[in-house]
Amino acid sequence: MSFNKLLSEKKPAILKKWFDAILDTYPAETADFLKKQKDRFANPVGSTIYSGMDSLLNSLLNADDPDTISKYLDDIVRIRAVQDFTPSQSLAFVFKLKDAVREEMSGESNAGDFPGELIAFERRVDALALTAFDIYMKCREKIYDLKANELRNMTVKLVERANLIFEARYRDIDLKDLVLEGNKSERGE
Amino acid sequence: MAKFTAKPKDLIQIDFKNPKTGWMDTPVEIREHMFCHPAKAKELETVGFPNIHEWRPQDENWNLPEGWKETVLNGIKERLQKYRSFHVFMDICVRCGACADKCHFYLGTGDPKNMPVLRAELLRSIYRKYFTASGKILGKTAGARELTEDVLKEIWYYYYQCTECRRCSVFCPYGIDQAEITMIGRELTNLLGLQLGWIGGPVANCYMKGNHLGLEPHTIKSNIEMMLDDIETITGIRINPTFNRKGAEILFVTPSGDLFAMPGIYTAMGYLMLFHELGLDYTWSTYASEGGNFGFFSSNEMAKRLNSKIYAEAKRLGVKWVLGGECGHMWRVLHQYMDTWNGPADFLEVPKSPITGTVFDNAKSAKMTHISEFTADLIKHGKLKLDKSRNDHLKVTFHDSCNTARGMGMFEEPRYIIKNVCNHFYEMPENTIREKTFCCGSGTGLNASENMELRMRGGLPRANAVKYVHEQHGVNMLANVCAIDRATLSASMDYWVPGVGVAGISELVGNALVMEGEKERTADLRGETLPGKEGAE
Repeated sequence: MSFNKLLSEKKPAILKKWFDAILDTYPAETADFLKKQKDRFANPVGSTIYSGMDSLLNSLLNADDPDTISKYLDDIVRIRAVQDFTPSQSLAFVFKLKDAVREEMSGESNAGDFPGELIAFERRVDALALTAFDIYMKCREKIYDLKANELRNMTVKLVERANLIFEARYRDIDLKDLVLEGNKSERGE
Repeated sequence: MAKFTAKPKDLIQIDFKNPKTGWMDTPVEIREHMFCHPAKAKELETVGFPNIHEWRPQDENWNLPEGWKETVLNGIKERLQKYRSFHVFMDICVRCGACADKCHFYLGTGDPKNMPVLRAELLRSIYRKYFTASGKILGKTAGARELTEDVLKEIWYYYYQCTECRRCSVFCPYGIDQAEITMIGRELTNLLGLQLGWIGGPVANCYMKGNHLGLEPHTIKSNIEMMLDDIETITGIRINPTFNRKGAEILFVTPSGDLFAMPGIYTAMGYLMLFHELGLDYTWSTYASEGGNFGFFSSNEMAKRLNSKIYAEAKRLGVKWVLGGECGHMWRVLHQYMDTWNGPADFLEVPKSPITGTVFDNAKSAKMTHISEFTADLIKHGKLKLDKSRNDHLKVTFHDSCNTARGMGMFEEPRYIIKNVCNHFYEMPENTIREKTFCCGSGTGLNASENMELRMRGGLPRANAVKYVHEQHGVNMLANVCAIDRATLSASMDYWVPGVGVAGISELVGNALVMEGEKERTADLRGETLPGKEGAE
């Protein structure tokens, strides 16, 4: 049996282990809820993470293109980037996939037959972690963008009006003369 | 994001599992990006709030006033006597957990203290300790605990992580209104001078200038004039509204966000166009220039004081009735409190549309009608000429604002309007709309910028449903009837569902409204070129 075939067979068990590992980062009552509530609108965090992980595993098995993988990863990281985690806590779940795969594979008599494939798979997980880091940073930068934009939107009409007043008042005056005049008045001339 | 403090050796041994302690034994951690800055002293002085002092939420020492504990306990006692509902809500909960997973903040944060039942329990535990025999004797066994500084901080932290949206109340078999518990909790913190800047500032502005933004009469007028310029550019029609005009039939009151903030001003342009087209005998007021009421997020008394200007202005101007713009909490206040606080407004008449003759009996006592009720009635009677195709570039979904939905039961009118002014309308899933609608995540004065993480977490359940219709149907516009929604959902969409804009319903009406004598429209109210009109100018 090939490594990929074995991995496909083990996928449900791996997914369960991987999902449980990320749930462990939430308080116990919450983890229970995130796991049990299946309605995606009543449980946006649990269902988004679960379906994201499911799609990610499929993508890794199918060797999908980076853009597809990135989209699934984005769904999960976007949520964790605004929750109560340090950056390392937010993204540690990616590496937990390695543990889940190794634990599931260890029981298999022929798991030792694919050291090369296992290493290659784990390298793909490492690449996934780096992509997750990029997404995490984009999310954090977005948060700061939002803060700046809100302030800008609050004042944009003020600035617009100030410009209109300025234009109306100084329409026929050369800006250079205005600056010179200002400098003079500052110097008390 | 939590503060990054781990050292390398800790990182090696880090355990990503959460500690398992009971809620009473899990101390509060005041986290950055989750709270709003405190109010400035001068803002609190303006309205005479007590115990004004310097403090910062992230500091160990909050410089609490002497005797703070007695102040809180006396505050609870007074409110137990004054509000029967509060007393009942403190006693009646059986902790069934029906509300637990219904709160958008719990769903987004995963923090058990954001479960409505536990949020209430933070205060109930104090009530039991000091006001019930079982709590006094049995203590923790009876769910009671001492009021300490840490407990006070915990109450403060979590009561400003509740938007009083009342979604949990829909699911509570006893009908416990968590919003009322939060209101009381916030009143208690307010007794100690622990007010937020984002609430204290608007309250002071509103008290002094009549509106949250502190716009003075000439500013209000010039802001509206700028909108009129834009309307003229788009339609070729010059509108001349009146301000503070005595003898007008109708006084129009709207949230001040519509006069200044984006995209609220497009909603205001919609109002102006509609009223002009109808030839409505109405006036704006630069005094009653705010329908919203941030006093409602600080104390009952403050809310009442700020609200009083609406009837006072209606009386001064001698209007017959009051028409209100698109806002959320404004309508909870107008619909459920104004008449009791500052009524009866027996000098006014029951609102009657001068265009259709419809009498709005639902506003028989308060004498104030919602713009969506007014507009829907006009459409129903065929009084508006509408060109839906002007909104064809928009695929619209409707977000029920918590307060208009759960606070006044208005579900159909906004939908009826949208369906008559847009060709493409798609509902979000059933358990996220109407009385089960999810909050924007930033109401009740939490729409500051410094708490952006909290807002994004709280906004997730709503955004998650928008994302669904965005992916399924290509929805690109989130319509609503609330100024706070218009201001805050824009940020939420930007983070969670890029590509979806936010608009008030009156903006969509303004787009579709065919006005007498208008030129051929080539742009919508935002100045964006209409499909098929490229190169027309």
